[in-house]
Amino acid sequence: MSSAAPARVDTAIRAAGFVKSAFVRVGVLPFFLVAALLVFSLNSGQFLTIQNIVNVARQSVYLILVSVGQMVVLITGGFDLSVGTAIALTSVVSAMVMVSLDRSLGDHTWLVIALGCAVGLAAAIAIGAVNGFGVAFFGVSPFIMTLGVQSVGVGISLFLTGGVPVSGLPTAFADFAGFGRIAGVPVPVLIAILCGIVMWLFMSRTRLGNYLYAVGGNVKAAQLSGIDTARTLIVAYVVCSLLASITGLLLTARVESGEANLGGSTALESIAACVIGGVSLRGGIGRVENVVLGAFFIVLVQNGMNLLQVGSYVQMVLLGLLLISAVIADQFRYRLLLGQR
Amino acid sequence: MTVASDRGCLPDPDRPMPASVATTAVAGRPPLVEVIGLTKLYPGVAAIDHVDFDLKPGEVHVLFGENGAGKSTLISILAGANVPTAGRVLVDGEAVHFRSVRDARARGISAVFQEFSLVPTLSVAQNIFLGDEITVGPFLDKARMLRAAEALLAELEFAIPAAAPVSALSRAEQQMVEIAKAFRGRLSVLILDEPTASLSDRETERLFATILNLKARGIGIIYISHRIHEFDRIADRITVLRDGKLCATVAGRGTSEARLVELMTGRSIAEIYPSIAEKPEAAILDVEGLVAAGVDGVSLTVRPGQVLGCAGLVGSGKSRLWRAILGLHAKSAGRVVFKGRDITRAPTRTVIAAGLFYLPPDRKAEGLQLSAPAASNLVAGPIGSDELYGRFGLLSRSRARARVATIATEVGLDQDHLGRITSQLSGGNQQKLLFGKGFGRAFDLYVLDEPTVGVDMGTRAALYQLVKRLTESGKAVVIISSDLPEVMNLSHRLLVFSRGRIAAELTGADIEEANILGHFFAGGQASA
Repeated sequence: MSSAAPARVDTAIRAAGFVKSAFVRVGVLPFFLVAALLVFSLNSGQFLTIQNIVNVARQSVYLILVSVGQMVVLITGGFDLSVGTAIALTSVVSAMVMVSLDRSLGDHTWLVIALGCAVGLAAAIAIGAVNGFGVAFFGVSPFIMTLGVQSVGVGISLFLTGGVPVSGLPTAFADFAGFGRIAGVPVPVLIAILCGIVMWLFMSRTRLGNYLYAVGGNVKAAQLSGIDTARTLIVAYVVCSLLASITGLLLTARVESGEANLGGSTALESIAACVIGGVSLRGGIGRVENVVLGAFFIVLVQNGMNLLQVGSYVQMVLLGLLLISAVIADQFRYRLLLGQR
Repeated sequence: MTVASDRGCLPDPDRPMPASVATTAVAGRPPLVEVIGLTKLYPGVAAIDHVDFDLKPGEVHVLFGENGAGKSTLISILAGANVPTAGRVLVDGEAVHFRSVRDARARGISAVFQEFSLVPTLSVAQNIFLGDEITVGPFLDKARMLRAAEALLAELEFAIPAAAPVSALSRAEQQMVEIAKAFRGRLSVLILDEPTASLSDRETERLFATILNLKARGIGIIYISHRIHEFDRIADRITVLRDGKLCATVAGRGTSEARLVELMTGRSIAEIYPSIAEKPEAAILDVEGLVAAGVDGVSLTVRPGQVLGCAGLVGSGKSRLWRAILGLHAKSAGRVVFKGRDITRAPTRTVIAAGLFYLPPDRKAEGLQLSAPAASNLVAGPIGSDELYGRFGLLSRSRARARVATIATEVGLDQDHLGRITSQLSGGNQQKLLFGKGFGRAFDLYVLDEPTVGVDMGTRAALYQLVKRLTESGKAVVIISSDLPEVMNLSHRLLVFSRGRIAAELTGADIEEANILGHFFAGGQASA
């Protein structure tokens, strides 16, 4: 007894130390993930079936893409509230272009689709460029800049469509990008995997990715290292909008129409996914693979709540609480990270 | 081990003192504060290790030591901001356990740290009473607070308007407000942490007058400073700490500077500053008539193979000049030619890409990515990074690792530190990392702004060896420093700045303290 007790205390201390260092290293996600898996699998027999997990993977594609974009901006120390707008504007613009071109170039369906997508992506790049310009050259706070752009973008989308969905898209578009499969894998999943790999390479292995971390870690130090900080910031916002725009195209294909109200809650969800995935709101810290998991986790929780028949209003409440607790955990982690000696 | 001296414990009999002080400083009275066997352990390191210390009424007791010697830990425990692992703290002979700064305040102990706790947008009076406001029912009694603040400032003989916003005050005046804040309650012990670090000579004089005034009231003062020449003026006793241990307690007057440095570092001055061979070549940088905010028409040349020193007070333009050359401040007139190329209008990144390395004076604010691994700091930035990126512009991890390892060896940074988060490195290692950003790349001119700020003597000596190596390998080196011995001992050519101009250019035997100080105030009235 007398010898066992100190040994047990010792083990407990070591376990606590391990939990702490795991928390500092990867953040709050593993803890959340374990908790969610336990709660949902104990309460629902369907939750841990392969079919359901594949379903979650397919549904989470959209949030994953937006979240990885959001991460790029968060790493520079900003954030982007206009991702939803980029989705909506892409959807509306690309759909309108496809519908109008379809009449004159009806024989060249793939050309029509490609042009529609190109114009949609261009619209989103414009949004990102405006955000980046405001933040980098005029020193507008990212909060106000992207909030303003968000309003402008939604306004334009509604103005263009009059609030009515744009229908009559080429069916090939929805068949491919919405519901298509290649080698049995849904096309959106393939696109997400491709984007994930490209973004992972971009962030961890390229010069620009390196600069993004440097600018977010210490903008003064980056400037004194000879980095063009303004250009780097603009790149961040453009990349973010571009990924949101790809999401917009995939969603448009899925709903088979251009809609101005797509992406309404994405800003909140994507920031939540990033923070849960260990991206610091102070900039300089964040990894693509963890953000992918973070986004997957949010969709998983939504799926679990659906299976448990939690109402959608209550889900909103829970999602908000999840975000706040993740931010508190981030705060705590940052203190551990900088304070630890 | 402990060389205790009683001489400094009593007030100097030769100095006239008010009657009230004579009664408070009677030898038989217990010390205001006594610390016995105080120890503070952090994982793997003892910040202070069985330190004994005491403070008598009306005494100025200096704490002296390198960074990391344990001074800050000791005062943070006394001020209630930190809890000791072992040992006792006695106040007026009574054991205390402070849980917060408030606890310490309640026992009359107040600290003025280097970072002020003032709200710049509020008035002096509001700041003095912040957290302890005078009220009438639920409302603030602003008029009474203003009067009380005025009375307090008058009593302390501080000529500061109580209604002025703190942001309008000079740094010395802000410090006085900070001291006045300590007097809001009962004050018996005042802790001053490097109070003169950012003060001009004149402001320092005002602070010393204040300290003598407080001494005369029987208040004990714990004074932390690196400026040895101040000690003769104000110190009664000096306690030297080294590596967390009490090294010696000596008399404030009559202890030589060399002896103090020896006690602090365990080595002599000659071992710290290397002698650097001079082989000047044709000028690499030419500045003609440069005018910018705080810089009033400066011309100079920099030659490879030579160390050019820049000395001067804070605000003399010695640092602003170089930041203007870098493109961080706008230039309104003049010309800058670097390696035959006009860079007067070039943006910072172009100047740096042309081969100028700038070591910023504040490594935390401007130098390092604190939340990133140390190694990341050495691969960030475009200069010399071409060889790190291979096919498709992708970073070659092996090449990056090799580069980082080479740099670490060059600057004497332990390889194990490279993977750690930058903020967790000691100040000395962070500074080595900052130096590392300039190594292994194609730089020709090294502008080092306060290169050894806040690092210990051992690291200093190592960094000076780097300066020696750079210079002797034919690089041009500029050292901007407020640390006079540093610029004096390292420079081949020394520019003394005053009021935005070069007041003197000294070489060889002319580089000598009295000579330099004489030029500090050139162009205006001499110091008081």
